[in-house]
Amino acid sequence: MTAESIQKIPKNLRRRKITNSVMISLCVVAGIITILPLIYIFFYTTQSGLSALNADFFTQLPKPVGEVGGGMANAIVGSIILIGIGGLMGIPVGILAGIYISEYSKNIFATIVKFTTDVLSGVPSIVVGIFAYGVIVIPMQRFSALAGGFALGILMIPTVTKITEEMLRLVPQSLREASLALGVSRWKTTLRIVLKTASAGIITGVLLAIARAAGETAPLLFTAFGNSFWQTNIDGPMAALPLQIFVYAISPYDDWHRQAWAGAFVLIFLVFIVNLIVRFVTRNKYSGNL
Amino acid sequence: MVKEIKSRKKLGDIIFENITLIFAFIIVGLVFYIAYEMFIDSSESRDRFGFGFIFSSDWNPVKEEFGALPFVFGTIVSSMLALLISLPISIGVAIFLSEIVHKSVRTPISFLIEILAAIPSIIYGFWGIFVFAPFMRNTVQPMLQSTFGFLPFFKGSMYGTGLLTASIILAIMITPIISAITRDVLKAIPVSQRDAAYALGATKWEAIKMALLNARSGILGGAVLGLGRAIGETMAVTMVIGNKAQIKASLFEPAYSMASVIANEFAEASGSLHISSLIEVGLILFGVTFIINSMARLLIYSVTRKA
Repeated sequence: MTAESIQKIPKNLRRRKITNSVMISLCVVAGIITILPLIYIFFYTTQSGLSALNADFFTQLPKPVGEVGGGMANAIVGSIILIGIGGLMGIPVGILAGIYISEYSKNIFATIVKFTTDVLSGVPSIVVGIFAYGVIVIPMQRFSALAGGFALGILMIPTVTKITEEMLRLVPQSLREASLALGVSRWKTTLRIVLKTASAGIITGVLLAIARAAGETAPLLFTAFGNSFWQTNIDGPMAALPLQIFVYAISPYDDWHRQAWAGAFVLIFLVFIVNLIVRFVTRNKYSGNL
Repeated sequence: MVKEIKSRKKLGDIIFENITLIFAFIIVGLVFYIAYEMFIDSSESRDRFGFGFIFSSDWNPVKEEFGALPFVFGTIVSSMLALLISLPISIGVAIFLSEIVHKSVRTPISFLIEILAAIPSIIYGFWGIFVFAPFMRNTVQPMLQSTFGFLPFFKGSMYGTGLLTASIILAIMITPIISAITRDVLKAIPVSQRDAAYALGATKWEAIKMALLNARSGILGGAVLGLGRAIGETMAVTMVIGNKAQIKASLFEPAYSMASVIANEFAEASGSLHISSLIEVGLILFGVTFIINSMARLLIYSVTRKA
């Protein structure tokens, strides 16, 4: 710093202080702008959804156009089946791949897997839908819950992998060393000590993946396809809650809109509860950025 | 005997490591398989139209003419505009949460923003149709037209839905992602740097500005990541963009995006060429998001690795 610039500082101080307050206030405004839509969406959905929510919603089938009432029972069961199929495929892959990245991270391949997982999490869900269409719907020659579940399974993988890896990394190294020092083999240490210690975190990760899959619509449009009737056979087209919400939302009927809001409320409620659990279990340990 | 135990342990370890390796390999294989499958399934369209596919704006399933330009246009404009709106706000929120507020305020607000990221896109779309689009039609668009009506971007009739509405909904959706990454990279910049700035008499904003400059490649990574999300976003955009394959200067006009045309036409596609063309649109979408996400991750790693 030259003598001249030191002299300048006091002269600029007023301007700098003003800049400071303006920029800091702008940041506060940005915070408010971000929160506002959330609060609006949240309250609007709750308000419109709760008033439309009744026992019929959970127990009745959709009624044909013109008849008032009916529910989304088949779509709720359909969503549960689809998530079940997806979970069976996606969760084991996610957890085991997460173990690999965390426990064998010295390996260069682990870095590649970590990178690919990050990239996979950014692949648009509709693209995964096209993939499931090509791999399952075309060979089977019909839309099916299997194809929908397969697509959801792929979408669950990155979330589960990432949180498993992060949770395993949080397990203190001394715990692994203590187990190994007692003569327990490395793989038993990983399964019985490391994985067990991190299990609460991993379970919340799985919950998070399930909550996300429950709201996925795009990949189901041409895989599970939707259905207005009871269908529990996984090789046929199946209803799903978000699909039903989509169909009802873009329809011109008020009663269908009402029911779509009820469905939207159920989804938002699920997301809220799961995120609350994740927050509670992981506290400040986890960045929350997937 | 000692040797025997040692080798037995090793066998178990080898088996376990290889099992996890196989599952890890599934992820890598999957990404390649997705690319391969879509490349094969789009062969009919690629053979027929070649590179002209991206530059032609005729999309007519009846005449079997397929060109993706209007969808590419809609996707690029809506997601770039979304990024333009979202980026300053995201950086502001990140600074607000990491540098300004007390921890007791930070925890609930960052929780709310996490939820914002987790809300299914179908709900944004639904809210977009019934609440946000009418608000745009009645309040925002007339205001913009009366103030900036001389610009070609704000001319024409106001439907509520359209390119601008889709961009704003996208901006709401990607803000949590960009701000979370920005917070992470800001966290990776050593506090001692800011302390040093304060010691030299810097104001709070000047100290933050320096941290932002040092974290710039990571913030850029977050922005690119948000762009990738916006490009691939399907349901919310489909519900508010207006779904009309046209290229107009006005942001009030309805448009169409790559993801939306797939969502709307795939299940009811008429012939194999139509399906194949839609899959080619998906392939372009996959290629673009793949490159964008790779770039974003490398940029983010470059900052957070140092920490």
